[in-house]
Amino acid sequence: MLSVVGGAAGNGVKGNSRINMIYVFNRDGCIFYREWYRPNPPNTDDHKLMFGLVFSLRSFTAKMDPINGASGDGCSFHAFRTNTYKLNYLETPSGIKIILVTDPKMSDLRDALRHIYTNIYVEYVIKNPLYVPGEPFRCELFISNLDTYVTTLS
Amino acid sequence: MAAGSAPVFNLFIINKSGGLIYYKDFGSQSKLDTNESLRLASTWHGLHAIAMQLSPIPNGGGIDMLEAGTFDLHCFQTLTGTKFFIATEVGFSGAATLLAIIYDLYTDYVLKNPFYEVEMPIRCDLFDLHLPAAIRKDRSLLVAGVVVPGRT
Repeated sequence: MLSVVGGAAGNGVKGNSRINMIYVFNRDGCIFYREWYRPNPPNTDDHKLMFGLVFSLRSFTAKMDPINGASGDGCSFHAFRTNTYKLNYLETPSGIKIILVTDPKMSDLRDALRHIYTNIYVEYVIKNPLYVPGEPFRCELFISNLDTYVTTLS
Repeated sequence: MAAGSAPVFNLFIINKSGGLIYYKDFGSQSKLDTNESLRLASTWHGLHAIAMQLSPIPNGGGIDMLEAGTFDLHCFQTLTGTKFFIATEVGFSGAATLLAIIYDLYTDYVLKNPFYEVEMPIRCDLFDLHLPAAIRKDRSLLVAGVVVPGRT
């Protein structure tokens, strides 16, 4: 599992209790994590737990699919909700997984996740010539654009 | 309502240890075999519990609803740890009412059956008899919440 650079939003970022945290995973593990509002302290293996949950949910959904389930070729989930949070999920064909944890009353955030991938991650990370693909990253432009975009979501 | 257009694809009931005690398919195109349904039920039990641990807010509950491409999954957990979950068509909003109705049938025809052992697989004829009627209730009534769990 890759070790991750990232962390809590410090001073200067407006407290936003509707968007809790974001994870970006590639096929090997977590390459980015940021939290904005997480009163419940995370477990020690938080990233691994999240990766495992999402991976298992994905194969569970593929099997449960009432149309194609038996052949194991089913669809993927894009969100789940509990009474305290909503987890929004996007997986790209290249194996990048974006997970955004928000308030349970948030509406469909599929377009927002698409925007984060296409207009923030691809623009400021992939197109950065200093970035080594597959490695964890810490890119100021990515973080500031992400923070700005996230405040518009609530 | 046209035949075969019930909004619910299947129903799973799992006991507090995660073992499958009831599985019924209501018309999905890929019905699961016994082993598959057992495996999926215990997988769900585990995922439900892990999701609780990952909550950013303390004292969260498990997964209530899962949204996927072709179906939605709704879960109801009783205070005793029994879980009822149904796969429905996307956007079906009467799921909470339907789960309450199913729970009502469970308490009447399963729990009150003196020969039924709790946590064991459900083999109660009256439950099997009344379930399809509840599932196929007019969906507009379910969505509007007009149908209230109880004697119909």
